[in-house]
Amino acid sequence: MVVLWTDALIFVLLLGMIVLSVYMLRNPRMSRPLRQIGTSKTGMVSLTVLLFFVAVGLLDSMHFHSKDSNEIVSVLDQWLSPIRLHGEKTYSAPFAAHLFGKELMVLEDGSPVWAYPRLQYGGAHLDDPESELFYDVLMKASIGFIKSAIPAAIVLVLLVQRLRRRQNALISQASVKAVAWTVFWIVTVCGTLLELSSYYHVLGTDKVGEDVLYQAIKSIRTGLVIGTLTTLIMLPLAIVFGILAGFFRGWVDDTIQYLYTTLNSIPSVLLIAASILVVQVYMAKNEEQFTSLIVRADMRLLFLCIILGVTNWTGLCRMLRAETLKLREMEYVQAASALGVRRRIILFRHILPNVMHIVLISVVLDFSSLVLAEAVLSYINIGVDPTTHSWGNMINGARLEMAREPVVWWSLAASFLFMFTLVLAANLFADSVRDAFDPRRMG
Amino acid sequence: MIQYIIRRILYAFPLLLGVNILTFVLFFVVNSPEDMARMQLGHKHVTEQAVENWKQQRGYHLPLLWNAEASGTSKITETIFFQKSAGLFWFDFGISDSDRRNIGADIKQRMWPSLAVALPTLLLGLITNICVALLMVLFRRSYLEFGGIVLCVVLMSVSSLFYIIGGQFFIGKVLKLVPISGYDGGFQALKFIVLPIVIGVISGIGSGARWYRTLFLEEVEKDYVRTARAKGLSETQVLFRHVLKNAMIPILTGVVVVLPLLFMGSLIMESFFSIPGLGSYTIDAINSQDFAIVRSMVFLGSVLYIVGLLLTDISYTLVDPRVRLS
Repeated sequence: MVVLWTDALIFVLLLGMIVLSVYMLRNPRMSRPLRQIGTSKTGMVSLTVLLFFVAVGLLDSMHFHSKDSNEIVSVLDQWLSPIRLHGEKTYSAPFAAHLFGKELMVLEDGSPVWAYPRLQYGGAHLDDPESELFYDVLMKASIGFIKSAIPAAIVLVLLVQRLRRRQNALISQASVKAVAWTVFWIVTVCGTLLELSSYYHVLGTDKVGEDVLYQAIKSIRTGLVIGTLTTLIMLPLAIVFGILAGFFRGWVDDTIQYLYTTLNSIPSVLLIAASILVVQVYMAKNEEQFTSLIVRADMRLLFLCIILGVTNWTGLCRMLRAETLKLREMEYVQAASALGVRRRIILFRHILPNVMHIVLISVVLDFSSLVLAEAVLSYINIGVDPTTHSWGNMINGARLEMAREPVVWWSLAASFLFMFTLVLAANLFADSVRDAFDPRRMG
Repeated sequence: MIQYIIRRILYAFPLLLGVNILTFVLFFVVNSPEDMARMQLGHKHVTEQAVENWKQQRGYHLPLLWNAEASGTSKITETIFFQKSAGLFWFDFGISDSDRRNIGADIKQRMWPSLAVALPTLLLGLITNICVALLMVLFRRSYLEFGGIVLCVVLMSVSSLFYIIGGQFFIGKVLKLVPISGYDGGFQALKFIVLPIVIGVISGIGSGARWYRTLFLEEVEKDYVRTARAKGLSETQVLFRHVLKNAMIPILTGVVVVLPLLFMGSLIMESFFSIPGLGSYTIDAINSQDFAIVRSMVFLGSVLYIVGLLLTDISYTLVDPRVRLS
């Protein structure tokens, strides 16, 4: 068992989320907004998709030393080891049985010929790929589909029926049905892909012959880490400073305002670039601290989250300050202070719970923009480590191949597909959270 | 008014000082010039003498804050802080680390291509977003609006990198309408900047139109709009004459604050289309780990942002007579 820094923080965050959701489910004040999310079909479907991504990310966050080789691998790696280890020589198209480029080969009779060599793993079980490939892919896909669809359907039907009998108050019947369908499709698509990918490279291979599907799945963790850990670092800063500035005013307010205007005035990309350069120099200087490649990449990911968090808290802080300024003039706060309630207690009991909806909305809204930002930052080489699997790195590697003829499109398509699904789900979920919790949108 | 502006300009100094100190700490205290030299020259097989020479040539051999060996005022002036950081206040950017070019001259030359791309992108984007948002508001509670919202969410879920790559591939490579990348002086530049502008506008529609739509919707609910409708004005007249004018205030302030920053250009756009602007200058500097240029750009960016804030405050009074500056 190896616990990397980001792993530990992810599980801390997970614990926090579980505590928060238990609190929200128990709190009667929260039942109205929660029920509103529960009745929104888009909200629940996007939440299901997000949870699926989170599950993959969590599986990828449990690392241990592999028995066969002395590498650090995750549980997900272990599961996907057929795809992970079936590397080819170089580029190959999705479902191809041959390499993408021609090579000089020697025939059995000794004469050299310029042809496409067969892949080592992709479609290796076929005798004559030209005629059999299409039929075989169809066959394997339907086997995978049936294998995963039947158990999924049985389990889901049973679950849905039990839920119906219990008359769950939070989630509406229509949403339950939509969620069940989403889960069904996710499971069957995954099952089909798994079945296919033990025979083929479903999304092709990249320059060094690594399976693109595997890369895209591994990138999920990176995207999630950036989207969530940054928030973990940003929240304490924003909440503490924002509430203090609004509540105490005077010199505290002036200092905090000065602080965030200064930070805000630096273009964030440049601040990130500057900090990453500094981190790079630091890591180059203290090379002995980073024992393995994966630890090093992990540290860089953590640093990136910290830097993004430090540059990102100003917006939320400003909103919280404005809201606190408004709240402290409210009658109930005035009454509390007139009754002699201590200021500390007022802050915790009267101010903090009433700004939480702003925090929640901005956390969910920020998530998708952070996932998108990662790709851009990795493109400018100030994002995650080049050895880390991330969508930004995939795009970066594939971008130059667009000039090839015919085009190597699958890396781009894969990263586009995965990133788009995650960000779209996050955006839709953020919308329904905002609709439910924003008092201005009620009615 | 003049008093207010002067006070705001004076307020900018502590901010800039803060930025300056922050960059100084980041670039010289956390990392010593020694580290920078080794980074530039490579880590292994580098002699002390080479590092010393490198520092000497670029003026990094001085002490950080206080030069005890010098005499008189040069105790302060003969330091890295004074020469490298304080100089930024009078826009003396010094020389770059990697090839020792004059940064100030480079910036002057490179800001125009940046502006040539960024300004039309901003203006066209603004017009497009407002039009799309107004259309959505005009057809509110219809399938057209629903479709528009869905399209906006979909558009904003696509990474900007894909817009650029897709645009370059389809318009530049498949259709061959414009060159894929490059730049030229004078009117020849037009054919090179069309594609970045179009892509910039399209990639901004999703979030922009959605944001403007909420602004317009807030305005549509107000009493004066109902009065205007009761007066017998048509819906289009109400939207374009009344709602648009009043919603322009938040839109305008959002635009004014980024106006000065347009000089900085867009980082990825410029590097994808190899436009020799400040954005690609910055990227090159980041990639070659040229701390002097990054430091200058950080400072320049903050100055421009603070100018933007000032302009925003002034434009408030110009468009909204209710706002009085005091």
